Amino acid sequence: MNREDFPLLKQDIIYFDNSATSLKPKIVIDKMTDYYTNYPANAHRGDYDLSYKVDKEYEEARELVANFIHAKNIEEVIFTSGTTESLNMIVDGFFKNLLEPGDEVLLTTSEHASNILPWFRLSNKKDIKIGYIPLDNHYYVTLDNVKNAITNKTKVISIAGITNVIGDIRPIKEITKYAHEHNIFVVLDGAQMVPHMSIDVTNLDIDFLAFSAHKMCGPTGVGVLYGKKEFLEHLEPTILGGGMNESFDNPNEIYLKDLPTRLEAGTRNIAGVIGFAKTIEYLNQIGMDNIHKKELELRNYLIEKLLPIKHIDIINIESDSGIVSFNVNGIFSQDVAYYLNKYNICVRAGNHCAKILKSSVGIENSVRISLYFYNTYEEIDALVELLSDYDKIVKEMI
Amino acid sequence: MTEKEREILMKHYLNPKNRNMPHDNYEKVNSRNESCIDNINLYIKWNKDILEDIVFDGEACAISIASTSIMIENLIGKTKKEAEEYINNFTKMLQNEDCFLPKEAEIFKNIPEARKICATLPYIGIKKAILKK
Ligand SMILES: Cc1ncc(COP(=O)(O)O)c(C=O)c1O
Repeated sequence: MNREDFPLLKQDIIYFDNSATSLKPKIVIDKMTDYYTNYPANAHRGDYDLSYKVDKEYEEARELVANFIHAKNIEEVIFTSGTTESLNMIVDGFFKNLLEPGDEVLLTTSEHASNILPWFRLSNKKDIKIGYIPLDNHYYVTLDNVKNAITNKTKVISIAGITNVIGDIRPIKEITKYAHEHNIFVVLDGAQMVPHMSIDVTNLDIDFLAFSAHKMCGPTGVGVLYGKKEFLEHLEPTILGGGMNESFDNPNEIYLKDLPTRLEAGTRNIAGVIGFAKTIEYLNQIGMDNIHKKELELRNYLIEKLLPIKHIDIINIESDSGIVSFNVNGIFSQDVAYYLNKYNICVRAGNHCAKILKSSVGIENSVRISLYFYNTYEEIDALVELLSDYDKIVKEMI
Repeated sequence: MTEKEREILMKHYLNPKNRNMPHDNYEKVNSRNESCIDNINLYIKWNKDILEDIVFDGEACAISIASTSIMIENLIGKTKKEAEEYINNFTKMLQNEDCFLPKEAEIFKNIPEARKICATLPYIGIKKAILKK
């Protein structure tokens, strides 16, 4: 659906790498061009009309995002450069000051590098323990496994809402409820979840959330850090500079601004944030529930078509998102990607930045198809036809 | 690449020589490309300055695996100096210079430009091993 909104789709290309980044609709591109062309001023700075317009649109973007994720307060939305920066800020600005040696953080082995490496560094610096919630035989996280993994040292659970290799949707609400009963914080890596289904941070009661605009039809270089206000107030800025300070006379007298500005030092990615506002309006118009539904229909169709093919091993037959990972027997995933590329089909090969997942799945690399609402049954047919002919793959992969 | 060249490549990819063989007390070097997910280990046994045996394991694309298999076949038995010369020639060949290469290695001359980096994968490791020597 909505294919006509995406300039790239006018070309002869099939794009199945939406978990890496999504395509951009024309209205988002046009909005950013409009900013750069017609009012390219800085925000929070000027006393003239152009700058006022920038300020206004920048703050409207914040409000749109807050409503989109159902945050209680607008100032709980901080614009960052992406999920990665948001997660680093959460770890280094908040938990680094809060956790004590011996405390434990629970992750899973299917987390993205950006939800592992910041914790690893903290673990090395402060003697924080890293534990893993075991995955079940579908590589899912179950509430029971969460309960079993929690110890009296557990202080934080930091997990993806949807993982980028398996595509499973985690039972976040149940986890948060149980965690909070045991005084444990919950950090949600929403990079793959927020673009694909509606999210309500208030209802889920999560403490922190990170996500990126570029995976949801928005520009690159923009992301969001959401945090409950009472916690964000204690998040120490990891970057200091212009725009975020009240006054500074000497090292002992630095006064910072209130939230959210305090956590947005320096000139921001204004074009990106304004473009992101357009993106949110666009997604709202389509409806997140419709997007999720369409993806599931496409996924079920793809699985149904791939299952009978004997030389294809699907890693995640069951999962409720648009991610399908598989391997072609005896053929390295990257060769499959090269083969499909010859037919202008974009898929991803590799470990998808979930390097420690191989210890659970036993497979180091795979081909990943990640769908979005603008993909079609016809595109899937074209893919499946190419994949069903083993000899052709072998013959044409180089 | 010609049909014949493709055949050689596929032969080495589907049935590589010296893969997953015993390598007790061999020297291990890892070979990986920054941009790819290819990842192989070479295990090397020196006899004085002669490459007495080389085996490998790991996962990589067809071109990388075939290139590794062919390289190993061609290097076993060579002295350090001969090996250096071979490696040098292989690099030159990929840069489209004319130079002689033994047995099967010349098939990589005609692979697509964007895939040449795949053919160099095992050479990253062997160079490390020779440097250490
Ligand atoms: C689950 C997950 N977390 C985090 C990230 C990192 O996102 P970004 O590169 O936009 O910071 C990704 C991106 O692939 C992801 O899939």
